[in-house]
Amino acid sequence: MDKQMVILIAEDDAGHFQLIKKNLWLACVNNDIIQFKDGQQILDFLSRTGDGMHLDETKRYIVLLDVRMPKVDGLDVLRRIKDDKELRQIPVIMLTTTSESSMIEQCYKLGCSYYMVKPVDYHHFMEAVQNLGKFLSLEGMRLPSISSNAN
Amino acid sequence: MKKGGVVLIAEHDEEHFDMMKNSLLRAGVGSQILRLADGRQTLDYLFKIGSRPASEHTSQQYVLFMDVNLSEVGGVEVLEKIKEDEQLSTIPVIVLTAVDDRHTIDRCYNLGCSTYIVKPAKNEDFAESIQNIGAFLSIVETTSIK
Repeated sequence: MDKQMVILIAEDDAGHFQLIKKNLWLACVNNDIIQFKDGQQILDFLSRTGDGMHLDETKRYIVLLDVRMPKVDGLDVLRRIKDDKELRQIPVIMLTTTSESSMIEQCYKLGCSYYMVKPVDYHHFMEAVQNLGKFLSLEGMRLPSISSNAN
Repeated sequence: MKKGGVVLIAEHDEEHFDMMKNSLLRAGVGSQILRLADGRQTLDYLFKIGSRPASEHTSQQYVLFMDVNLSEVGGVEVLEKIKEDEQLSTIPVIVLTAVDDRHTIDRCYNLGCSTYIVKPAKNEDFAESIQNIGAFLSIVETTSIK
């Protein structure tokens, strides 16, 4: 596991957020988790605008993004991250109830790393997030640095 | 990824490929698991999919595991070519390699790999990691290459 990993979760549904957080923890993910209640909040964090917490260049980030969110939706957040030279290498995992294939295709075209549909069944939801957690806490997992001059 | 999807593994080490294949099958991922032995084969295979005549088109989902150390064409270059192609760029690419240096990691993420994972040294840890990756991939939706 990458100890410097911070998981950014943009999720407007408080119940879903708690469920995600709890099951990541059950899968032994003990990294910092930051919640954003809408698309604008996470964009403010990433682009260092607004009053709240801001991106820290010494950390490594991974983003879990809901599609349907108030103010700025997930698709727009994904587009803005992938259009930004500094932020584009941050892996973005879509985690959403939307399962239309056109949305899945659009997100992959914009550059999401993975697209997960939230299972409706409570136990399947828990299992899915725990599988995600076990994946994120793999010993060999490496995440990109922020503002690297990789090119 | 859907049960009928194709898992491509670009890996020069045959033993690693066999181990990966067994672990992925155990995790229930993919109905077809194919080995591509070097970077040239990987590019040829993928770009053939995109250039098939319309009559032969069957829409199919893919995931690609790729080592960085591939002969003929290196893994980083293969990744770059995949991500430059409009259709192929939607295929999730998991870099799975012994190479553990910051420059290569950042470069691969910059080019658009989905995840960069360093191969564990011990065989049993390697098999376990692949099973975890497989369990995760089985709940991921992918998009078809038409």
